Amino acid sequence: MKKNLFSKLISVSRRRSPWVYRVNAGSCNGCDIEVAPCFSPRYDGEQVGALLQGSPKHADILLISGPITLRTKAMVKDIYEQIPSPKAVVAIGSCPASGNVFSGSPTIVGSAEAIIPVDLYVPGCPPRPQEILDAIQKAAIMLENGETRSQKEDSND
Amino acid sequence: MTSWWLRALFSIFIWPGLLTGAAFGWFLLWMGRKLTARFQGRKGPLFYQPFFDFWKLVGKKTIIPVGVNPFAFYALPVISVLSVVMALALLPMPGQSAFSFEGDLILFIYLLEVPAIMDILAGYVTRSVYAQVGSMREAILTIAYNLPFLSALIALALRIKTFQLSGFASASISIATVVAAITLLLALLAQLKVNPFSIPNAEQEIVAGIHVEYNGLPLALFELTHALEASAFVGLIGCLFLGPVSSVALKLLVVLVISLVLIFLVNIIAAGTARLKIQHAFKFYWTWGILASIVVFIVALVL
Repeated sequence: MKKNLFSKLISVSRRRSPWVYRVNAGSCNGCDIEVAPCFSPRYDGEQVGALLQGSPKHADILLISGPITLRTKAMVKDIYEQIPSPKAVVAIGSCPASGNVFSGSPTIVGSAEAIIPVDLYVPGCPPRPQEILDAIQKAAIMLENGETRSQKEDSND
Repeated sequence: MTSWWLRALFSIFIWPGLLTGAAFGWFLLWMGRKLTARFQGRKGPLFYQPFFDFWKLVGKKTIIPVGVNPFAFYALPVISVLSVVMALALLPMPGQSAFSFEGDLILFIYLLEVPAIMDILAGYVTRSVYAQVGSMREAILTIAYNLPFLSALIALALRIKTFQLSGFASASISIATVVAAITLLLALLAQLKVNPFSIPNAEQEIVAGIHVEYNGLPLALFELTHALEASAFVGLIGCLFLGPVSSVALKLLVVLVISLVLIFLVNIIAAGTARLKIQHAFKFYWTWGILASIVVFIVALVL
């Protein structure tokens, strides 16, 4: 597909300005504590344009942590749908990938994949802030190139 | 007649209107974010950040919340952008005079008040409880900060005996100008909604304030309004100091220096303070604001 100047500007902007919304789906708070330093003096995500947003309607990237308990299941789906497309989903830590130590529990879904399309997994319990920032940057590049799963679904429609 | 229309369009869209206002406003907002970051020991964003933030929001799909009138949802940000652009076109910057008439200061003040009213309406239109709390706070804050803002401008207007903005730009600098600028700085903190008075848009506290339900293009227009407002308010204070210099380059330099000083002061205050409660902010403006207003009237009329 040949891009004109305007759509090129828009896609570069998507890489330069990834706004982040985080949701805790039953996490032990360990991963959320590791997200906070990404925006603190040591790692400073604002250098790559990342900002924490208070409302999912302003966000581009959804950071999800925790094993998706049955109580948070509907809310995670709701928040994902509130983010205007194009959007990317980054799963933080081992919990949304496999359920981690809670695996097999009857009170969890155990996989974010079952609820929403996840683009990137950041492994670790908890992962390091560098890796989370790296994932935010990679998700922003995916948004630029139209490679996130929500963008692919939109183009298939 | 045609040349007047051309000059009018030029002042609305290019100088000192939409294009320059947006570029300068984005520069000021970036400067603010960078300074705050440096005060906090961070590196901060690069200079193109507000530009890309705006275009990214333009490129996003817009979700209109259920039960919200789509016309009102789109009209409010459009009206606020248009009114600030018209206000910018009235600014007595060097090199244009398409709009200059006796009493244009009053029109300027009215036009700059429109975005605040649109913000308040936007909060109620989107039917979010958080946005409604933000709207209520913005409405109260408007009553508070307009006291020093209007007093400083009226005192200066009485001193130079004109309500024309070009009169402000050609008046000589005295103690009254400096006191008025300081009083305007007091109001500027609340007008730019930075930290001690970031009460209506209180991020995290009331989710995202007034614009919580806004997204995509309408949110981008509100962000653009914010940038244009920044250049209008800072430009207004800058043009109080234009009197003694005559050449265009020197005038531009004066406006730039004044803007940088203002944005530095605003951000050092913002980085050094925490958010006030609305009743404390109101009390601040109705004690220190009144005091500053009285001082500026005495200085302007007696000295």
